[in-house]
Amino acid sequence: MSEPIKRKPTKLVPVPSTNKIPERDINKAPILECRHLGIDFGGLTAVNDFDMAIGRTEIAGLIGPNGAGKTTVFNLLTKVYQPTRGTILLDGVDTHPMNSVQVSRHGIARTFQNIRLFGNLSVEDNVKVGLHNQVRYGMVQGILRLPGYWKKEKLAHESAMELLSIFGMQDLADHQAGSLPYGAQRRLEIVRALATNPSLLLLDEPAAGMNPSETAELMENIVKIRDTFHIAVLLIEHDMSLVMGICEGICVLNFGEIIAKGTPDEIKNDPQVIEAYLGKKREV
Amino acid sequence: MKKLSGLKKTTKVDFATYLGVTLAFLIVYYRLQRGGLTNAMTSWLVPVCCFIVMAVSLNLVVGISGELSLGHAGFMSVGAFSGVVAGMSLRGAIPFTPVRLVVAILVGALFAAVAGVIVGVPVLRLRGDYLAIVTLAFGQIIKDLINCLLVGYDSKGLHIIFNLGKKTVADLHLEEGGVAIIKGAQGAVGIQKMSSFLAGYVLVMVTLVIVLNLIRSRTGRAIMAIRDNRIAAESVGINVTKYKMIAFVTSAALAGAAGALYGLNYGSLVSSRFDFNTSILVLVYVVLGGLGNIWGSVIGATVLYILPEALRQFADYRMLFYAIVLILVMLATNNPHLQQLAGTVAERFRGKKPARAGEGGQSHE
Repeated sequence: MSEPIKRKPTKLVPVPSTNKIPERDINKAPILECRHLGIDFGGLTAVNDFDMAIGRTEIAGLIGPNGAGKTTVFNLLTKVYQPTRGTILLDGVDTHPMNSVQVSRHGIARTFQNIRLFGNLSVEDNVKVGLHNQVRYGMVQGILRLPGYWKKEKLAHESAMELLSIFGMQDLADHQAGSLPYGAQRRLEIVRALATNPSLLLLDEPAAGMNPSETAELMENIVKIRDTFHIAVLLIEHDMSLVMGICEGICVLNFGEIIAKGTPDEIKNDPQVIEAYLGKKREV
Repeated sequence: MKKLSGLKKTTKVDFATYLGVTLAFLIVYYRLQRGGLTNAMTSWLVPVCCFIVMAVSLNLVVGISGELSLGHAGFMSVGAFSGVVAGMSLRGAIPFTPVRLVVAILVGALFAAVAGVIVGVPVLRLRGDYLAIVTLAFGQIIKDLINCLLVGYDSKGLHIIFNLGKKTVADLHLEEGGVAIIKGAQGAVGIQKMSSFLAGYVLVMVTLVIVLNLIRSRTGRAIMAIRDNRIAAESVGINVTKYKMIAFVTSAALAGAAGALYGLNYGSLVSSRFDFNTSILVLVYVVLGGLGNIWGSVIGATVLYILPEALRQFADYRMLFYAIVLILVMLATNNPHLQQLAGTVAERFRGKKPARAGEGGQSHE
């Protein structure tokens, strides 16, 4: 096992982008590697023999019919469940001994299929909670309001506003998160996940409940996030325009097993995928 | 600093709370000095301060951390008895009473915090009703443990024995001139009254500063995040157990401080004064003041402590009246029409668009 890699300090200031999409470097040290990953719930095998590698700045997709085990894969990666079999290598480090919190500190951030915001907190505070491990100060400093508190709170406020500006949500900062419209809640979840300074962002159905124009905007934003923060994105989605439009690699899951892997074009034409998920074109 | 309108809403609310408490203190203190208060009223002052601290600290657990604790009076009694022992036995070491009172309060807070850790470690693994049941049991256990405690002091220091059989004060083997402080089921007797209204006010202010600043800091946000969604909080790297512990132990320590002040306000003290009913009483203050609403707890504790006391002249009917008032307050605070009305009034007052209805008591799962 290699040495645990120390997380770099927060990189909230965007790296100047050359507007050039980084080349797909899946063969060069992937950020995430799953080997023969599997989990059983009692006698039920929910996921089996799941192999996947994601490049450092890749946008990858995970698709499949309902109940195929896509969200279970996310839960395995973020250690909501401990895998029964197999290995997860995050940046070359085995995540086996880690719990959810440690995995988050090692750079995996996620959103949830059924939105899980901190509903009673303000939008800004939701993002600040995401910054929990990025902008740190002690409890005593907070209670006594020592100079460190003011400095760090200012930093947290600025970082939160900057992150909210990705989706143009600065004006909503003082609203209660639970009172936001559905689409804005989904976007806020992404912002909160980004605040943890991840190297891999897991998005669970980010476009669910969005109309086509919102979906198109979301696609642009996902690509923008990848280019700005130089992170990998793995997304679960049922909207094929989004998946085929921005994913560089796609993995198709059915009954807990991978039935196909490849580029969008390969997946579109894969007979097994068409059979299990995409469906045939109706003969006229 | 920016001008007042540039301040955040929460900051304004906090300052209004400090200001309100201070003004109320000054008015009452002025009347107290002028002799404008009856004896009965004067006797309420310190307990009101103690119960404000109790309510605010319980709100940290129930409202902010979202865990139902029914053993808050248990921490108060730990603080009360340890505070009384400290306050009595340090008579020689610290002759100046106010300093001794501060030390006693700190000792009370420390012991209650230790009790908080001991209870918190196993209990915070539980959730919801189970946590409530265990904290309830803890409150009862503490009461019974203190019933078995014999403490005295003499020139050699403290003598503490635990009465499991038929031990009495004589078994403490105190020297000539030694004093028994806690006499088992008789409780603490012969306490020198040290608490004052001023000390009560200071303790309330310190509690408010600690709790409000905690809520508005990184730690408080983490605690509230866990309350709102535990799984999401873990997913952004928040150590759930640690922050629940922080809320629970801070709350216990503050309850201990309130207990010490309360204990040193009376000549004698029995542990049954901190039974289940007291825990529920404080919970009522918190719930009617609004979960997560700190100034609400202050007002709730003040009004609901004074109300039954002020109704003493109606003897038999006072608890009936108290219950009716409780029900009316509950109806009023949960009435959507009234909330809407309050929203409209607030809007007129601020000249802004109305806030959403149902802002009052925060709900949580």
